[in-house]
Parts: sequence; structure tokens; C-alpha cells
Amino acid sequence: MEKFGFSISKGRQIDYEANDRRVADFIYEREPSFRLCIECGGCSATCTTGNLTKFSLREIHILIKRGENDKVREDIKKCMLCGKCTLVCPRGVNTRNIVMLAKQAFIKSDEYAV
Amino acid sequence: MQFDPFVIPFNIGLYFILIYVVVRSIIWFRDLSRPDKLRLQRGFFGIAFVQSLKEIFLESLIHRKILKTNLRLGYMHMSLAFGWFLLILFGTIEADIFGAKHLNAPYKAIFFRFFNPEHGRIGFEAAYGFLMDLILAFVLSGLFLAVSKRLWSGVVGMKKTTRLKTTDKIALTSLWLIFPSRLLAESFTCGAYNSGSFLTGSLGSWLASFLPAQQLAYPFWCLYSLSLGTFFVLLPVTRYMHIPTELFLIFMRNSGIRTGDKTGSFSEVETYSCSSCGICIDACQLNFSAGITNIQSAYLMKAIRNNDDVSEIAHNCLLCGRCDQKCPVGIELSPIRMIQRRLDEPGNDFKNIYKGYFRTRQTTLQEKPITSVNYDFLPGTNPEKADVLFFAGCMTHLTPAIKNSMVKILDASGVNYSFIDEQGGVCCGRPLMLAGQDKEARELINYNSQMIWKSGAHTLVTSCPICYKVFKESYYLDVEVLHHTEFIKKLVDEGTLKLNFLRKRVVYHAPCELGRGSGVYDAPKELLKHVSRLEKNKFEDENSLCCGGSLANMKISSQKRNKIAQDAAAELTKDYPDILATACPLCKKTFSSATDAHVADISEIVAEALIEPGIKKNIIKQNSTIKELVKI
Repeated sequence: MEKFGFSISKGRQIDYEANDRRVADFIYEREPSFRLCIECGGCSATCTTGNLTKFSLREIHILIKRGENDKVREDIKKCMLCGKCTLVCPRGVNTRNIVMLAKQAFIKSDEYAV
Repeated sequence: MQFDPFVIPFNIGLYFILIYVVVRSIIWFRDLSRPDKLRLQRGFFGIAFVQSLKEIFLESLIHRKILKTNLRLGYMHMSLAFGWFLLILFGTIEADIFGAKHLNAPYKAIFFRFFNPEHGRIGFEAAYGFLMDLILAFVLSGLFLAVSKRLWSGVVGMKKTTRLKTTDKIALTSLWLIFPSRLLAESFTCGAYNSGSFLTGSLGSWLASFLPAQQLAYPFWCLYSLSLGTFFVLLPVTRYMHIPTELFLIFMRNSGIRTGDKTGSFSEVETYSCSSCGICIDACQLNFSAGITNIQSAYLMKAIRNNDDVSEIAHNCLLCGRCDQKCPVGIELSPIRMIQRRLDEPGNDFKNIYKGYFRTRQTTLQEKPITSVNYDFLPGTNPEKADVLFFAGCMTHLTPAIKNSMVKILDASGVNYSFIDEQGGVCCGRPLMLAGQDKEARELINYNSQMIWKSGAHTLVTSCPICYKVFKESYYLDVEVLHHTEFIKKLVDEGTLKLNFLRKRVVYHAPCELGRGSGVYDAPKELLKHVSRLEKNKFEDENSLCCGGSLANMKISSQKRNKIAQDAAAELTKDYPDILATACPLCKKTFSSATDAHVADISEIVAEALIEPGIKKNIIKQNSTIKELVKI
């Protein structure tokens, strides 16, 4: 087959049935303020890591809530827990605890996978 | 009469606890690291031993520190501890002098009256009996306070008292029974034989007037022996283990052993030395402002002793260090909490009742496994060469007023400085450490260290007490680390900075990490005195409040944080000062949203008071910044 340089882009739909939302549930249960997030992006704007990389806490929040954990798993380790996001958050979301809990959840899910 | 079966429970208990304490001490000693063992050996043959004896007398018996904080609570502890000690001491002497022979078995002294019912009617014997009754009355008065404290904690001036678990309650009941049963047993015996002094004698003769004293004495002697025995056997699994452990703790501490950052013998000895007196509970702002009443240090110690899951308790704390300062036993509570944060979560098979008695290194938790760290995105380090480095820190970047003031002051001072994290920079690592992720933090520390090394600076100035503490303690740098208040103070003392006097009334809030955390109390206050009218307030130095914004607490909700901030700000601004001054960007940010008063960092106040120098010494640098602006 001739290659014309075109490609078919990957499907963009969010399949809630297939996605693994256990991490989200784990966080919801332990940090109820996770629900308060309005995805304004204030955290990403002030982020120390975000200043140096493409890391975005807002994106991570959205992905965890959707259950698309694969990208989050590696990305979340970049967080320095400096706490600026918690201070700027207009909704009072305890963002540091969410990052901590997500890390913890990934360690736990890794243990179960093995 | 030489022996009676009723003394058996007491004997079992006594010999059990003696053997247990000796074995336990040997295990603790064995688990010490090698340098600590040497320290202990050196301490044993040195001045530390004498110091320890003095401290044991003052703290373990007299409870001087509790007396200082709270007179009634101190009296309660003193009468029980010192009174009981005197009772044993004078009881042993009594048995030795007046007994049939010298060097008696311990039970002879404890149950002296039972074996010598006729004793103490005349002369010296009666005087001695009076003394013994006096000591017993002293103990009973303390016991009366203790019982009423359980029912109503306000009796001894406490707001809250500690909650107990079942074994604690049994031990407590047996402890409470010891002295009343001794009183009644002695009274009945004295009543029957018409002996005894003002307390046992008069109570005895009164009881004997309508009760068969002869028959009733024996059951109470049994109860006395039984409650003593029960108390001794339960001692290792209850908070009363602090009685023998505290002696060990005082000795270890005087020998120069410190908690460090790993679990070990010393932190375990400290954990067991907590008597759950409850002073930390009253000092805790989470308790009296935010209404969180299950995480205070006394509960943390108890949970560690019980092998409970402490991760929730350990993380839900501001680590402000108020309890550390108040602890009458001198337990290093914050370091112990930090150790717990570093530990892994417990598995399911972790708890076992026998482990209460035989807690060894194997039954304690292991440290967290190393997670793969992912900070390879950090940019290369090629800082400018400078004499003085200014590290603003993440929090200062959120409070631009502080940053701008610092730049203004540094420019005015004319020192050759470089602003290393002007474009954002990297976190100092302390927040990760506070979350118990030391290995991750080490990456950031290494990065920042390289940056500082390469710049060739001799002084590092930071605006953030959180960064200041970690630079001081966890970085191995060959530079002088200064908080900006110290640095400005130095400049003022040298005469480099000239400041006006502002006619403003200022109240100073000492940040936790700077004050209690790093011991910097004087520099900020002297600087404030230099430029303004510094007012006194109730919460100064060691007793200063926490703003509630602390990064150390991972769990607290923003509403509760705000409540703490409002309460603290309300206390500080009681006299309506013009400025609520602080030395920490995080405190400033937290307070600004919690009070109507004007909150300012010391650098802002200094920048306002600054007399502009005639010649700008850093004129080259200023030009360069202007050029950049034009480009944009």
C-alpha cells in the first residue's frame, strides 16, 4: 500500500465502561474536596514543575476522573509537592493530598497487578 | 508472722516487672547504633550520670515542668509519683529499723502493718507512723484529684483529658485501688489492734466501733496485694510503662543521644516515656481551633505503642512544634512524627496482642520502598557568579510584594547578589520531606546544591522559613545560610542600610519553621524594633501560634485551615496594631485572607522604611533589566 503521509488519528472518545476509575474512587473516598475542582487551571498556572515541563495538575485531575491512568502514572511523579497549587486554588481543593493519594493508589494497584 | 499467701500476687507482679524492665533495657541497648552505645557508655561514667540523677529527681518525681505549666495537674502527678516513692522508701526503712531483722523481702515493707499490727503506739515508732500516714494522705489527695479529673477535666485546669483503651482502664482501676485499699487495710488492722497514727489510727478506731475490724482487714490486704500485682503485670502494655522508661530516657538524652530520622531504640524509648498527661492536647491548635481531637501527640504515641495504623494521625498535623515545646517529658514529638511519615503502611497481619509485650525490630514497620524518581526534566545549572545568592522560594513567588521588597533592599544595599530563582526555580525539597518522601527530596536538594556550589557564593539568603530550615539542616553546603530578616539585620548593623523610623504599631507573628523550627527569634524582633514600635502579645517566641497554612498538614480541609488562621489572627490583632508583621510568605498569605488587619512581611516594612541611597551601586544590573523589558 502506498504511504501518503496521512494517518488515522486515535479515537478520542472517553469510554467510562472500559476505563479504570478505581484511582478516582480511592481519592474521592479519602479526599472529598477532589469533587470541588472546577478545572480552572489555576494550579497549572502557578505550578513549579509546570514552569519547567508540560506537567499540568489540571490535566491530571481530569484524566484521573476519567479513569485514563496510564499517562498520570508516570506524570504524577514529577510533582514537587511545593504546595503553591493548594494556595491558589479558588475552591479550596487539597491538591497536595490528592497527589499523595494518587501516588499511593498507583503503588497499591501495581501491587495487585503483580 | 513471716509469710502469708495473700502477698503472692504482689510478689508475682513485682518480680515480673523487674525482670521485664531489665530484659527490655538490654534489648533497647542492643538495638542502639554503635556511636549511640559509645555515647551511653561514656555518659555512664561521666557527668551525664549525675545530671540524670538530678533530672530524674526533679522531673520524674517532683514533676517540675508540669508544675510550672499547670500547678494543680503538677500536684496530682507529684503526689502520686513522689508520694509513692516516699512511701516505698520510708516503708523500706521502717521495715528495716523496726522489723524482726534487717534486709527484708520487699513484701515485708509494703505490707509492714500486716506483719507488725502492734507497731507504732509510743515514742519514735509513733512519730514514724505519723510520717507514714502523712505520706499516705499526700498520695490520697493526688488520687482524689486524679479521680475527679477523669470525671471533670477542669478540676486540674485542663481543657481535655486523654481517652483510654481497655487495658489502660483496667490498669487505671488497679492503680486507683492501690492506695484506698492500703488505707482501709491498715485502718482495719490498726482498729483491731488499737494502734496507728492520725489517719489509719483514727479511721481504724472509728470503723472498728461498728464493724468487725479483725475479720475485714484480711480481704482488704488481699485487695491491696492483688491491685498492686495487676498493675505491675499490665504495666508494659499500658501508658504506665513510662514510669520505668522515663528514667532510661533521661539518661539516654543526657548522654547525648537524639531522635534522628529513623526508627530506633531511642524513638521507641521516647514513645514509651509518654505518660499521656495531655499537655500536648491543650497546646494543639488543631484541638482548640479546628476541633480535630484525635491526632495529638499523646494519641500518636499511644497508637505507635499499640501498633495501630498511624499514617492518618501522622499526616494530619501542622508540625508547628507547640507540643514539642510544652512536653514535660521532653519527648521530641515532631521528629517522631516525621519518622512515622516516612514509614510504609502496615499490612493486615501486623497487629498481635503479644507484640505489646515483645515489641522488637521485626514487628515495627519498615521504611517506604524507593519509588522511581522522575525529576530528569530539571534544567542545567549555570548560575551567575555572585557573593550573595537570593533564593526566594516557591511561596515568595506567590507573594510578589515580598519578592519586590527584597530586590529593592538588595539593590539598595549594594551587595553583589544574584537572584537564583528569579524565573521560578526549583522547590527546596522540604515539602516532599514533610510528606515523608525523603528520597525524592534528595534529588531536588542535589540539584539546588549544585546550583549554589557553582555560583561560588558565600552567603545564601532566603525569604521563606521553610526553605531556610531545609537549607540549614539537610543541605551540606559551604555557605552561610541566612533568613532575610537575619541578613537585613546584618546589613543594618554594618551600617550598609539606612532606615527611617516608621510611626507604626506592629505585632510580630513568629513563623513556626523560623522560630520553633530553627530557633531564630531575636533577629526579626530587633529589626522590627529598629523601624517601628513593636508591641508585645501573649503568644511570643516558643509560645507563638501557627497560622494554619503549614505545608506539613496533608489532610486538613481548607475551611479548618481558615478557622485556625482566623483564630490566630484574632488573638494577634486584639490591640488593633497598624501592621501584623511576619517573616514568612506562607504566613502572610494565610493571614491576609483571614483578617482585615494589614499583614506585611518584615522585608516590606523595611523596604518602606528604606532611605534611598544617593548613588545606585548596582546601576549596571538595573540597566540590563530595563533592556530586557524593551525587548519584550
